[in-house]
Amino acid sequence: MTENYDNLNDLQIDVLKEIGNIGAGNAATTLSMMLSKKVDMSVPQVRIIDIQEIANILGGPENQVVGILFTLSKDIEGMMMFILKQEFAHLVVNQLMGRDLESFNDFEEMDLSALKEIGNIMAASYVNAISSLTNFGIGISVPGIAIDMAGAILSVPAIQFGKIGDKVLFIEEEFIGGDGENVNSYLILIPEIDSLHKILKILGVEL
Amino acid sequence: MSKPIIIGISDLNIALPPDVLITYALGSCVGICLYDKAVKVAGLAHVMLPLSSEAKDISNLMKFADTATLELIKRMEKAGASRRRLVAKLAGGAQMFALQEGNEALNIGKRNVIAAKKILKSLNIKIIAEDTGLNYGRTIELSPETGVLKVKAIAHGIKEI
Repeated sequence: MTENYDNLNDLQIDVLKEIGNIGAGNAATTLSMMLSKKVDMSVPQVRIIDIQEIANILGGPENQVVGILFTLSKDIEGMMMFILKQEFAHLVVNQLMGRDLESFNDFEEMDLSALKEIGNIMAASYVNAISSLTNFGIGISVPGIAIDMAGAILSVPAIQFGKIGDKVLFIEEEFIGGDGENVNSYLILIPEIDSLHKILKILGVEL
Repeated sequence: MSKPIIIGISDLNIALPPDVLITYALGSCVGICLYDKAVKVAGLAHVMLPLSSEAKDISNLMKFADTATLELIKRMEKAGASRRRLVAKLAGGAQMFALQEGNEALNIGKRNVIAAKKILKSLNIKIIAEDTGLNYGRTIELSPETGVLKVKAIAHGIKEI
């Protein structure tokens, strides 16, 4: 029995990647609608990655980023976290709230709410992808938000998963706005190991 | 020349002057700092989880507050430190997301701090300073020359404890 992500075979990883791809497609569509502008996306990169490497992708452990955290319940238990770099957060807030911000320091409560809302919609996009493929019912918690050092934010999923391994499912998506603004979003998906088994089993790739 | 020795996550190391020990962006993890002033040997462990006994995979003993502390002391003793003279400082153990509130499993920062204090107490090592809890990330730097621990946070500047 697979105990953690380190032991997944190629076929199982492909299945997880496909879930990531479908979720990313849904996310781009909903983001387009939210921002009322055309948002294209590149082919998302879906990787099984050591959680410690993620801080480097985000610009180093001390780089300030936005983390939006959800817990999953019902048929699938686990955690999902969106990480937005500063540019993405500003694009969303400026577009949605009609603001012209350049620094995290200028964020107000309403701006954080807008970010949480985007997080909600993106989370639902991925959860729907898993649901529609597996027919599982999945509950999503209200979002929690933190703007802080990337390493400190990542410590939360790292710890949650650290009891069973160091690798997580990491989805990097590049969104291409109409006016040439490219921003990346990052998603970490961490089903509990029993839930991961359930997903792989129903999709016919259990070990 | 002073050289920074970087401690990763679930990692530990010791240093002698003029080098310094640094670990970046402690969130819910805890930095356990030990110091023997007489021989100027400092040690720092960046631990992720409270107790090795609660985990399935214990291949990395530096991941847990209890086993990492014991390993750190062992290495410091090899460098000439004496367990009787050690004092401790703690940093980190934040609750990064309000969502973690009331969720025992998610409020691991607090549990990490409690576990670190427990193991130190059982070893008769006194905690002389701490900057723990709250809701923000911290980068820390420990000087073997002075025993001073610098704590840096984005919205709270740098303080020395």
